[in-house]
Amino acid sequence: MKRLLSAALAATMLTTPSWAGEVKIGFVTTLTTGGAVIGNDQKKAVDLALEHIGHKMGGLDVNLIYADDGFKPDIGKQATDKLVKQDNVTFVAGYIWSHVLLASRKSALDAGKFLISANAGPSPIAGKLCNKNFFSTSWQNDQTPMAMGEVLNQKGVKSLYIIAPNYAAGKNMVAGVERTFKGKILGKDMTKWPTQLDFSSELAKAKASGAEALFIFFPGKAGGAFIKQYQQAGLKDVLPLYTVFTVDALSLPKLQKAGFSDILGSQFTQEWDPSLDNAQNKRFVHDFKAKYGSYPSFYAAQAYDSIFLIKSAVDAVHGDLTNMDGMRAAMKAANFPSVRGKFTYGNNHFPIQNFYLRQVVKDGDGNWTTKVVKTVYTANQDPYHAQCALK
Amino acid sequence: MDYTLLFIQTLNGVQLGLLLFLVASGLTLVFGILDFVNLAHGSIYMIGAFVCASLTYWSGNFLIAVVLSLPVMAVLGYLIERVIARRLYARDHLDHVLGTFGLILVMDTSAHLIWGPEGIAVPLPDWLNGQVTLFADVVVPSFRLLIIATGLTIAAGLFWLVNYTRLGMLIRAGASNRTMVAALGIDIKTLFSLVFALGAVLAGLAGMLVAPITEASISMGGEIIITAFVVIIVGGIGSMKGAFIAALMIGLIDTLGRSFLGDIFQLFMSQDAAETSAPAISAMLIYIIMAAVLAVRPQGLFPPKVR
Repeated sequence: MKRLLSAALAATMLTTPSWAGEVKIGFVTTLTTGGAVIGNDQKKAVDLALEHIGHKMGGLDVNLIYADDGFKPDIGKQATDKLVKQDNVTFVAGYIWSHVLLASRKSALDAGKFLISANAGPSPIAGKLCNKNFFSTSWQNDQTPMAMGEVLNQKGVKSLYIIAPNYAAGKNMVAGVERTFKGKILGKDMTKWPTQLDFSSELAKAKASGAEALFIFFPGKAGGAFIKQYQQAGLKDVLPLYTVFTVDALSLPKLQKAGFSDILGSQFTQEWDPSLDNAQNKRFVHDFKAKYGSYPSFYAAQAYDSIFLIKSAVDAVHGDLTNMDGMRAAMKAANFPSVRGKFTYGNNHFPIQNFYLRQVVKDGDGNWTTKVVKTVYTANQDPYHAQCALK
Repeated sequence: MDYTLLFIQTLNGVQLGLLLFLVASGLTLVFGILDFVNLAHGSIYMIGAFVCASLTYWSGNFLIAVVLSLPVMAVLGYLIERVIARRLYARDHLDHVLGTFGLILVMDTSAHLIWGPEGIAVPLPDWLNGQVTLFADVVVPSFRLLIIATGLTIAAGLFWLVNYTRLGMLIRAGASNRTMVAALGIDIKTLFSLVFALGAVLAGLAGMLVAPITEASISMGGEIIITAFVVIIVGGIGSMKGAFIAALMIGLIDTLGRSFLGDIFQLFMSQDAAETSAPAISAMLIYIIMAAVLAVRPQGLFPPKVR
């Protein structure tokens, strides 16, 4: 009897890790307000990723806790605090909005948790505020508009008008396109974010400026509103539109349903596209379409990647969640199948990756989607990495 | 100075002002005459946009959808008054705020459940989707002109209704002394229901007109209600004339501020400083105006005479 008991005890102790065993991941995104469209798309991708990995990482069960940021920095910070203090998660991932991420970063990082941005990439976090426990599965905000500035140069555009919302990401986007665009910038407007949805006065100014092209950044529902007003103002032939993060798989079906055909053929830059040719992406896009009946957005693609990045860390340490150094080293190696193809991490843990020019087209079924026109940048690193003290 | 641009921006300002007037007029009617603080007015505006969007896809035509949506809004307003608002009249303003805030949560969540979080884009018929050349290089989207025309027509109609009809006379009488009007044998309860329904129709119409420009979305109510309150406070609570003038004023100040403040600031500060401060100041401009009006004339610019 005694021997049996001690054997049972020994067995229990041996299995302790997997018995204690779950890896807790917090995912902060927008589940209420109009921004919930993006949050829901990320959530779909995360659910799909968990399905694909069988809800297991390094032998542990995955316990994924979603939290809503309500599209507001203060609520996002509260949600992060709750995940860190009450739920005691090991990873906090998500974050669509730069201002929410900036408000929340301290809560996660000071508590010694890993912080994974699946979308926002504000410049301070890439530069002076970089942290060894922060990783991005998206981009630094400046990079995508920098690629767009390069495209404008190649097209021989000489003058540009810029309209973007007045918050952290909007300022980064403007700085990005200004950094690479060689022509003249004839004017720019920073609009009130996120409440301003009527852009009549900005469009009138842009037209009066006589610029050759118009560059905008309006994520979420503001993007759809802008495109409608652009078409209603009849500017397509006068002032061609170039966008970043404005046209996506979330706005295209709505615009198609309402017949805003001016957007067909429009071009924008991005690090990912549903048509990218690699095994991980094909599986992701195919299964996403099969499960949810629509194309995934880039938000979804990056959220999907974030789960695989975390899995690579937990796998590397065989589920020993106390081994922070081991998990960090594994993530730094970027040794996971990414839907954008192979990439590496810079010293600030932002991806060094390709940027593509994408175009809105009709697919075989007549649905509006995008395809890659060409590669604008190969292995591009963000301009702030030099300010980051990490090696 | 570019006069063409100034003219276009003035038109844009007038259009924004008239939309604000549609929302604010309903709010000022209910607040001024029923003495009822209706925070849920913005949600009624949102419901108007969603109902119209659904009916547009059902009927295939935006204008038919607007005509069909107006009675729906009247019924909605009537029901809200009968079921909820009427019980709150006798209580104080804090109870109104609590009650209607609850109503916002209920209506916004219902909209979320019925129409989803993604919002609905509303297609316009082709003749409204184009542009009109007024003269020389002044080209304006035709739908914006329709908003201006509708706003002015409604304003004229309300002015006539309040000042020259028996119903308007009763509304004004009810506002100054509701007990006396009731004592004279007027059915004040039905009168108040009618006023509330009218307010809902006006807010709903504003939502319908905004939907093709932006879209019908859950958060649109919260975005307009604050500005609408600014308008009625500046104009004088309960005054239709005040709401009209203040709405145009706020619309113009907001639009012209957004378009020209940066250029004005550049006259006396560096380009960088102007680029940073102009968007911040123009976002605050209408609140600065409201604070100034409250400091000088706390009762608003055109308070109703009787109160």
